[in-house]
Parts: sequence; structure tokens; C-alpha cells
Amino acid sequence: MSNPTLGEHHPANLRAEVDSLIARGAFDLASRRLAELWRRDPASGTASFVTSRLDELQNKTRHKLALTKFKVAILRSFTVEPIVPLLRAEAFACGIDLEVHVGDFNTYVQDLLDGQSSLYHFAPNAAVLAVRTDQAAPELWRDFADLASEAAQKTAERVVRGYEQWIGAFRKYSQAALIIHSLERPSTPSLGILDSQTETGQSGLIWQINLELRRIAARFHGVYTLDYDALVARHGSEHWHDERKWLTARLPIAAGYLLQMAHEWMRFIVPLSGRTAKVLVVDLDNTLWGGVIGEDGMAGIKIGPEYPGAAYQALHRALLDLSRKGILLAVCSKNNLDDAMEALEKHPGMLVRAKNFAAMRINWTDKAQNLRAIAGELNVGIDSLAFLDDNPSEREQVRAALPEVTVIDLPKNPLEYAAAVRNCAAFERLALSDEDQQRTEMYAVQKQRAGAEQTFQSKEDFFRFLKQEAELEPVSDLTLARVAQLTQKTNQFNLTTRRYTETQIADMAKKPDWHIFLIKVRDRFGDHGLVGVAITHDVGEQCEVDTFLLSCRVVGRTVETALLAHLAESAAQRGRKRLEGWFLPTKKNAPARDFYEQQGFELQATSCEGSLWALDLKSSTLHCPDWIKLKVATETTVGGKN
Amino acid sequence: MTASTFEQVRSVASDIFGVPAGKITAESSPETIENWDSMQHLNLVLAIEEKFGMQLAPEDIEQMKSVGAIVALVEKLQSAAR
Repeated sequence: MSNPTLGEHHPANLRAEVDSLIARGAFDLASRRLAELWRRDPASGTASFVTSRLDELQNKTRHKLALTKFKVAILRSFTVEPIVPLLRAEAFACGIDLEVHVGDFNTYVQDLLDGQSSLYHFAPNAAVLAVRTDQAAPELWRDFADLASEAAQKTAERVVRGYEQWIGAFRKYSQAALIIHSLERPSTPSLGILDSQTETGQSGLIWQINLELRRIAARFHGVYTLDYDALVARHGSEHWHDERKWLTARLPIAAGYLLQMAHEWMRFIVPLSGRTAKVLVVDLDNTLWGGVIGEDGMAGIKIGPEYPGAAYQALHRALLDLSRKGILLAVCSKNNLDDAMEALEKHPGMLVRAKNFAAMRINWTDKAQNLRAIAGELNVGIDSLAFLDDNPSEREQVRAALPEVTVIDLPKNPLEYAAAVRNCAAFERLALSDEDQQRTEMYAVQKQRAGAEQTFQSKEDFFRFLKQEAELEPVSDLTLARVAQLTQKTNQFNLTTRRYTETQIADMAKKPDWHIFLIKVRDRFGDHGLVGVAITHDVGEQCEVDTFLLSCRVVGRTVETALLAHLAESAAQRGRKRLEGWFLPTKKNAPARDFYEQQGFELQATSCEGSLWALDLKSSTLHCPDWIKLKVATETTVGGKN
Repeated sequence: MTASTFEQVRSVASDIFGVPAGKITAESSPETIENWDSMQHLNLVLAIEEKFGMQLAPEDIEQMKSVGAIVALVEKLQSAAR
């Protein structure tokens, strides 16, 4: 049946392929092709095909597809039946097996108030109350001119009380979510422009009802409003409505916009069913900016307040809005790291910066592999990722390799990029916690470092890229508390795990044979502050390391070597011959176990407590790595000791 | 009746009625296709409107009594729009 002249992705051929895959028993692949068909041709006819094959896959073959089950009831005052296949097909493409119950025409009041109604027997996960203004408030819609202003106000109040009562009943009988269509305002009010000159005109009163609906919804758990006016406005009232279908079939929405109604419902159903994306992974060239940074350079890429760069800035704003909702941003780009980082950090037109990304993979590895790594780094499932890339072949590669990733089909025109992101149901949230809003920041600084690490051929390249600056200084009155705290709290990279109070630290600092060193670290991603402490004690020819600890935020980036090298140098300057130190194992300090050995120390002794290591200061080659810019401060003031 | 309009109408009808495209002819009608009831007729009308970017009047819809009649109607409206 397949027609080779049409190409394998042509809808006609995809239909034939789906049927032959089902016949062959290749159900998972059939399901993927079915989703692809829907993406390529999301129309009413396709929806019928998709839902019939979906039913076939699930019922006849009893095959378990990896779909989330969800039941939605639609209570309505207009014909919604033709929307149902579109809704189910759209849900299927989002990984949801949607069962839909449609209430009888205009029986929504009985359905809601009667605990034994078919609505409650259906036991939905969510119910949609899709009632038009002409049904909910007929006096305000049709006969407004006949109403005295007081009567109009009373009508509005009555409408609100009605909704309040229905919502209350629904909450009594069901724990499901409830999505309420707000009431549409007339596009041509009965008094023309006069209507918008008063608060209590036809439009104003319906507006007030809608505001009240929001207030009522907010009082109940799991009750939400769908802004129907905004939906219609987005598509244009003239296009949206089909008066003839309304009069003949009670279907008010034009054929071309039924899909948009389904899509709007999906914006609620996706977050309610938990099929949301937690991370958006974006490409750089021709996605985050126009042009190719490696070829066009800083001056050539398009990103800024004017056209055409403005299209990309609009996308940046959409991305920042996602961050505010707790959705993490990440980069996956085939690029030279330095070029890309320069643009991300220094280009004046950039609104999203390197710090906004919780993970980065800027390299020449294939994107599916990078996405896996990003999911691993951020500790989320692959199915929590969404992927934004202008290149259709990258998108296809990701879809084929990682079908669970939400791949966003970017339109060809960059001016439409922002809307494509904003309209993606996987980013919808029904509520925000404080944690959601802080999450990006939390990840951004910390995880970027790990992300950058993956993009280098060697560790040394990475260390150079980091541009670490370390500052060594003796303890002072200002840092006493932080030093004591670090000795008390640091468990992992802590060689002796000796806990000290602020007073003990102050006492040590006053003794001439004791030395306390602090290390502060900064790198290109930000300031880590005071992250390490070392305490040494001179005894005869030895200098003994009493305490050596480093916050795990910076461990593994050779800061520890810099600190140790400084201890050795300082001891040698004071005329000591050997630097000695114990490693005392605890349940948690395994990361520090091999440290002395790696730094060229010799094992001196082992006991039941631990192992003693020593470095001959004359023959030592220990030095601060050349990629760390080290600054040593000497002045100190603890209790007057210098 | 051009082949391409017929093909497009046939493919929509095949999806909506769940009948293989090869079994649909210009003569196919509610009498020959089991699923062609009033609700599926509305779905067919909507799918045709969507596919060809047109809005059909109730008078037009009344004429849609066979696949051939639908093709003729679509072509008439298309040439009127030109």
C-alpha cells in the first residue's frame, strides 16, 4: 500500500506503516509511528485514525503501552463530541491514555449536584465544566438591554452563587480536579462602545463573574479556571466562532479551531497527569541566537532588542519565565566551548546567561547521549526532559533514540519560537511552591561546574577553563566562626575529622607553633567563599597537619593540592624538614583516603586509628597547579597575634 | 471531478468512517457505509472544512449525500472562491 513517491514520513505512508506494524505485532514501534503521524498531520480525520488504532493496540492486542492513564469528564452546554478524538490523539502524543466521558447536553447542574450521577460513577481524574455564557447567564448574554442595572447586578450575583454551589457539591462527591471555563464576553455588546464606559455593563458584569470564579476556585483545592476569553482572543474571535454550526449543530467553534480547544484542555490535563517536563534542554546556534557563533562570531550572531535579534530575545524571556516556574534550563550544543561560553557570558544582547543553565553539554557528541548525561547530572528521569532545537534532524535523532523526551517542534520562523515554548503543555504548572521558584538558582551555580567538566578532552583543559582563583589567608576574628563551623560540619573531604569550637580555634591561633590557613575560591561560575581549612602544628623538625578539610563543592578541582603545597612551602620557610599528617578514616571521609598518597607522601605507620603519612620537604615536588591563580595574604588579627 | 480532490476526500472519509480508502468510491454513501450516521456526518463535515479551509452552509451540508457529491461541492466552492 505504501507509496514510495511520497516519502516515508508522508501521512498516507505512515498510516500504512502503522497498520502493517500492528499486523506484525510490532506494537511499540506502531505506537511511535502513530504519534509521529499525529505530529505531522494533526487534523480531525487523523484523530479518528489515531484513536481507532490506539483502541486496537490496547484492546485487541492487550498490549501494554507506556502511557499514563487519565480520565476526564466533560460537562457541557455545547457539542464537544468532534473535539474528543482530537483531545485523545493529542493526549496520546503527550504520553497519556485518555478516557473521556461526555455528559449529556446541558445536564451539568444535575450531574454536579447528584452524587449518584454518571459523572461520579465515571470516577474521573478531572472534570471540565464547559458552559457558555448564553447558558450560564442567558439574561446577561441575550436580554441585557431589557435588564435594569440593579437586576443585572443581581443576575451576576446569582450566577456566581450557582457556580459556588456546584463546585461545593463536586468537592463533596469527588476528589478530582475541576476545570471551569470562564464566561465569554460578547464581542459586540448590546450597547456598543457605551458598554465599556461602565463597570456594570454587559461586558463588565461578565468580567466580574469571572473574577469571582477565580476567587472561588482559589478557595478550593484542585479547582482551576480556564480563561476562555483569552483563548478565543489568541486565535481571533471572528475565526474561532462558527455561527452556522452553532445554530445547526450546537457547535460554536469553527472546524479549524477544535484542535485549539483540545490543546487548551491538554494544558491542564498534562500537569494534572504528571506528564510534565522538569528540564528544558536548548540548542544554541539558530535557536538561542540567530546564526552560528563558530562562523559568524560575536559580532555576527543575531540577538538583541531589534529585529531579527528580538525574536531570540523573546525566546529568552520565555525561557526565563520557565525558570521562574521551577523548570530547569540546560544547554546541549555542538559547538566549541570557548566560542559558546563567550557568547553566553559576554554578548550584550543575551538575556539568558550561562548562570541560568543548570547543566551544559557543549561538545561534538551526539545529542541523545548528551541528553542522557544531562538527565543523570540533574538527577531526573529522561522523561522529565524537553528538547528545543531548530534542526529537524537533531530532533528526529533524539525522538528515535529517546522517545520519552518531549521534543518541541520549532516553527521555521524565529518570531514564532517564543510562542512554541510558551504553548508547550509540558511546561504548564497548576501551582508553584517556593522550592520550585528557587530550584533553578540552586542547581545553576553548582551543576554548571559538573556540566562544564564533561565538555573537555582532559581534566587539565577543564581546570584551565575554570579560571580558579584561590586566596590563602590566616584566620582572623572575622573568620573564626566560619572556621569552627567547617571543622564541625565537614565530613567527606576531611582527613582527621577533628571538631573544634570557636574558642579552641582562637586559642590555637594565638600559639606561635600552630598555624591556621584558610582558603577562599572563586571560579568563572561564581564565588565559593571560604571553603577549606588547614591547621598545622610544628613539633621539632616536623610540621604535623592537625586538620585538613575542604568543602565538597570544590573538591577534585586541585584546590586541595594548592592548599597542601602552601602548607609544605610555609613549613619549609619555617625551617621544618618534614610535613606529616594522619588520615583517620570515618564512615564518611572515603573521598580523602588516597589524598596523601596521590600528593607524593610516604606511608609511615598504620594503627587501628588510621595511617600516618610524611613528605620530605627537601625532595618534595609538591607545588600549586599552574591553572590556579594563588594569592597569599599574611596579616592576621586574632587576639592581637600577628 | 479531479483525482486529487477525490483522493483527499476519500482519505478523510476513510479516517472518519474507519473504512479502507480502497473500498471507498464516488458512489459511497450513508447507505453503503455502516458508520455514516449523523454524528459521523458532522465529523466528516468538520474534517472536510478543516482540510479545504472552508465553512460549509447548512444548505451545502444537505447536499453531501455521497462521496462524489462531496467532491463536486468542494470543487464548486473552490472555483467560486477563486
